[in-house]
Amino acid sequence: MTASVLFDVPGPAARRRQRLGSVLGTLLVLLLIGLALWRLGVNGQLDPARWAILFDTRVNVPQRLLEALVDTLQVAAVGMVAATLLGALLAVGRLSDHAWVRLPVAATIEFFRAVPLLVLILFCFLFLPQVGISISAFGALALGLTLYNMAVLAEIIRAGILSVDRGQSEAAYALGMRKWQVMSFVLVPQAVRRMLPVLIAQLVVLLKDSSLGFIVGYMELLRTARSLVETLNFEFGGIYTFPLYVGAGLMYIIVNVLLSWLARYVEKRTRRDTKAAATTEAELPADVQMGGGGGAVPVR
Amino acid sequence: MSFLADNFTLLRDAFLTTLSLAVVSGVLALLLGTILAAMRVSPIPALRALATFYVEVFRNTPLTVVFFFLAFGLVYVDLQFPSRFITAVTALALYTAAFVCEAVRSGINSVPPGQAEAARALGLDFRQTLTTVVLPQAFRTVVPPLGNVWIALAKNTSIAAGFAVTDLTAVLQRLANASADQLALVFVAVVVGYLMITLPSAWGIRVLERRLAIVR
Repeated sequence: MTASVLFDVPGPAARRRQRLGSVLGTLLVLLLIGLALWRLGVNGQLDPARWAILFDTRVNVPQRLLEALVDTLQVAAVGMVAATLLGALLAVGRLSDHAWVRLPVAATIEFFRAVPLLVLILFCFLFLPQVGISISAFGALALGLTLYNMAVLAEIIRAGILSVDRGQSEAAYALGMRKWQVMSFVLVPQAVRRMLPVLIAQLVVLLKDSSLGFIVGYMELLRTARSLVETLNFEFGGIYTFPLYVGAGLMYIIVNVLLSWLARYVEKRTRRDTKAAATTEAELPADVQMGGGGGAVPVR
Repeated sequence: MSFLADNFTLLRDAFLTTLSLAVVSGVLALLLGTILAAMRVSPIPALRALATFYVEVFRNTPLTVVFFFLAFGLVYVDLQFPSRFITAVTALALYTAAFVCEAVRSGINSVPPGQAEAARALGLDFRQTLTTVVLPQAFRTVVPPLGNVWIALAKNTSIAAGFAVTDLTAVLQRLANASADQLALVFVAVVVGYLMITLPSAWGIRVLERRLAIVR
């Protein structure tokens, strides 16, 4: 249903009223923004000299922030690659004909989806060293992200495999292919192709979740901003705190928005290819997009 | 086991904190999200644009960043939350509302157009069409996605631990430092704590879904 079904096309009087309301509403929003800016100005936070720190290469701020961005992307990339590979394996495992493969795999998937991501990361970070596996903050974060996202991706890829037309696998069997051949040459490539927009959307979620590194002390953007603030405060007092926080936060948001646009672009391209995306559910479910833990138990 | 008994009050309080974080921010997010969804389908372009902007921004912002801004950034515009708990609730509610909005909007889109057309033919205006005809049907179809958002929210409350709220995850960190030899047990207890919220929720959602499903 398009939105326009919900209301009549506004007439001249209604349009006038709407225009008036819009103008007043915009003014209100602008007023609030102005108020915030005014308070910032009163506190001296808008002083250009303070914001110049973000671009001041002498105190290493831009370098550190870019480094942190690279580190953030790195952990997300490692997590994404590992999670996709493992997720594909788990998806295939869950569709296995053998109960001794299917059931443990299903249990693994459900377990990792049910535990909050942060608890998983803390588990890797705090518990693994205790049993003699030394692990860095990077390793813990990457491992936690991988474990959680492989479970989510397994479900996505499984849905993709199930959505491939049955004729495809039947034809493959008729040609004399074995089960693993049907899976790896016919079903999985088509499923991944169909799920490409969703996979990219999941990358956005994963990138968002990498900010949890802040809590375990991995030097991602937020943690770097915090440590920069601490060192700079020591030298100059607290004047650079706000610009640094805003800078780091904005970097996160901009990268994520760009990735979202990429996902939407890929989605449109696949949409145009009618054969590939006839039935694709291109949007991730809202709960998966929330990150940090999708639905614990598939409700359907 | 005696270790868990010793720390029972700590764990119980932490569990209750997690639960109340989830419930309070869940209710707020549901309200705000529904309003946002109504704005996104409203006849007024400015409201549509505002809601779209909100959803787009919050969907692309990590929850940790939202927490970060509310906890450390808001003091610079001379605002302060009365407690850490309220900061956490606000962050969770603002963030989750964007996803509630998306879920509700998809529900609104799944209501057959004939319903709204009939409502308009009867002379109902936009508000009446939405609140008496479309939204009640929409909510019934979005029980599963909203339920999943709720479960994700319950798990996302763990991030509050990084911002000085003593929820289950914070207790996990504290006990991990205090008694390293019992770490496995602590992890099990905390995971069970989260499962005590998510598993009954999942079950309740399934029951609700079956009760409320509209057979078309």
